[in-house]
Amino acid sequence: MTLNSSMLLAAAALTLTVSASLANSAEAQRIAPAVNDAAIAEKGMPRKLAEYGFFIDSNAQIPAARVVPYSLNTPLYSDGAVKLRFAYVPEGQQAAADGEGLLEFPVGSALIKTFAFGEGDDRRLIETRVLLHRAEGWVALPYRWNAEQTEARLAIAGGRLEVDTAEHGTISYRIPNKNQCKQCHSLGDAVMPIGPKARNLSGAWLSDFSNAGYLDAIPDGHDTMPLWSARQDVSLNDAARAYLDVNCAHCHRPEGKASNSGLDLRWEQDDQTAVGIRKRPVSAGQGSGGFNFSIVPGDPTRSIMVHRMNSDNPGVAMPELGKTTVDKEGVDIIRRWIAEMDE
Amino acid sequence: MTKLNRACLFTASVLALASPAFAEVHSIAPGAGAQERLQEALILAEPGDEIVLEAGRFSLTDGLSLDVDNVTVRGQGMDQSILDFSGQQGAGEGLLVTSDNVVLREFGVEDSKGDGIKSKGADNIVYYKLRVEWTRGPHPENGAYAIYPVESTNVLVDSVTTIGSSDAGIYVGQSKNIIVRNSVAKYNVAGIEIENSYGADVYNNLAVNNTGGILVFDLPDIPQQGGRDVRVFKNIVVDNNTPNFAPEGNIVASVPTGMGVMVMSHYNVEVFQNVLAENATGNVLIVAYSNETEDADYNPYPINVLVTDNVHGRAGYKPAFEGGEMLAAALGGTIPPVTHDGNGRDIIVRDNVPVLSLGLSEATQPASEAQPQIADLSGTEANKPVLTAIVLPEAMEAVVKQ
Repeated sequence: MTLNSSMLLAAAALTLTVSASLANSAEAQRIAPAVNDAAIAEKGMPRKLAEYGFFIDSNAQIPAARVVPYSLNTPLYSDGAVKLRFAYVPEGQQAAADGEGLLEFPVGSALIKTFAFGEGDDRRLIETRVLLHRAEGWVALPYRWNAEQTEARLAIAGGRLEVDTAEHGTISYRIPNKNQCKQCHSLGDAVMPIGPKARNLSGAWLSDFSNAGYLDAIPDGHDTMPLWSARQDVSLNDAARAYLDVNCAHCHRPEGKASNSGLDLRWEQDDQTAVGIRKRPVSAGQGSGGFNFSIVPGDPTRSIMVHRMNSDNPGVAMPELGKTTVDKEGVDIIRRWIAEMDE
Repeated sequence: MTKLNRACLFTASVLALASPAFAEVHSIAPGAGAQERLQEALILAEPGDEIVLEAGRFSLTDGLSLDVDNVTVRGQGMDQSILDFSGQQGAGEGLLVTSDNVVLREFGVEDSKGDGIKSKGADNIVYYKLRVEWTRGPHPENGAYAIYPVESTNVLVDSVTTIGSSDAGIYVGQSKNIIVRNSVAKYNVAGIEIENSYGADVYNNLAVNNTGGILVFDLPDIPQQGGRDVRVFKNIVVDNNTPNFAPEGNIVASVPTGMGVMVMSHYNVEVFQNVLAENATGNVLIVAYSNETEDADYNPYPINVLVTDNVHGRAGYKPAFEGGEMLAAALGGTIPPVTHDGNGRDIIVRDNVPVLSLGLSEATQPASEAQPQIADLSGTEANKPVLTAIVLPEAMEAVVKQ
């Protein structure tokens, strides 16, 4: 009892120390255990998330020194999971800004994303996905939290479990396997991060990240994509195109998993047909829903894009991976965007 | 220097020769946890390894995938080792292959929610003695493609059986250097389809009871187009009269029920020495792509198509294209076994059967403007197949001799 209490106190002290000062302050570095750089950089697949040392208190998701939380303006929909994102840049290194594009993280860096459902004391950690930048390229690995919430273990083949969600009730949640991580994160044959592009990050965060020494400069073009929670304040077109870029364009782009479809949903694509307008499907099968075009301007009910986003049938539903349920907010924005188009 | 290089080379070649000795065989049995056990084996496999599927039924909840080069997945036979996806809850296909030099052989895939087996950007892939089937038979909610290699160079599909695809049983798209042979396609919308590809030999296949037997198409608005150089020969294409069950919007939904071999758009197609019979719309149809498109790079016309030395049985007795029935009535009950819409150039038909031309001259011209007439497209004796046979890397051919 006494031992447990004192450990709890110590953990609380650590938490206070870390949150009260910048994560890279000298004091925090002295107290907080360091990230295990070898686990990130060396070949092999650590069996437990704890081996990386990304967290001081993994259950509470309190990060270690140099492990910096971040968020995205417009996030990927993941069945309504709370997603806790962290970036780690090793000592003596810096990420490089590349305009509005992806921050270029040096070898030895890691991106960490924990998926959870519920709030406060009811929060349940489901899985933590890590992207490790090794000399031979990025490696993506999924870790599954145990029911006791004491540790997360490598789940190379992924898995399914029942999860209670606020919006959809109990769902069969899918943890992706290692290959499925790569399917979304692939650009040609290489694994790449998707999220931390300057255009989808806030200027304030980039400024802090740069001032702390983790990034060489504050890139132009930050905040190009709108804050999803404030999407009513921007044009329907910007909100919809940001949504499509973040939720679809990792596959629907040249060199992506769905390159053969010819549908290219990247933010920067301005060819109307490539974006889906009056574009016929190539290999949709029942995904077509009996409709002829991805997008029929002015007519969302006859647009394949809406039909597939609004389905939970695995032979129809888009995106194919990373979600089980329909994103009603996403469907709503795409539906209104198409309805507003000139016929 | 020279000596060192030689020594290095020698060591390297010994290593290369020796590497198969390190290859491992991982045997996976059906039963509890099959999803995780099989997927884990597919992920942890090293190049050169073989994954053996023991006999029985593997009940799967999610798609499987393979991303390691030079791996063989071998079952005990297409009816003995069965990957059963009837309980599938996620992913767009049953098995996805994204690595090179993969051999898939002797197993079955049933009732996947999307496509059956897809390989994308997977060069030198061999599909051998597989069965991919939707067991309820034709249904619009079956997966689109049973066997689906796309964006790949060197594809061999040999001795497979496909049943019930709502699009095409064997579909090869946006690929190069392809052989599809010795295979059976039945009760699919399209039996075999070669689409937007460069160089394919399709021979010794049986296409029966599909909506259309064998299709050679080129479509707009996709990355690889200008499909060319396809030979369709020595196939049996009979009784393809299953009513079209493809969901509207897919190009095959426009294939008239009762079709034997259909060529749409495309360059350089040779159709020869096939047995074509009991296809109610017709044994051969050559047409332009008739939808509107803004793709300026796209050629909608069939160019340089040769049909010769085929054996024709009964056909054209219930043509399912617009105005077909009236046309058949006017021509005494049947239309000729070969129909050409009139579009394109260098279309030669040297079979000893009449040819119907619809007399169209624009790709997007409506069928209502057709001026049907019996046409003579017989060319001259100089019109003979000239395309060279597809040659695949020897290692791929060696697989099917084992």
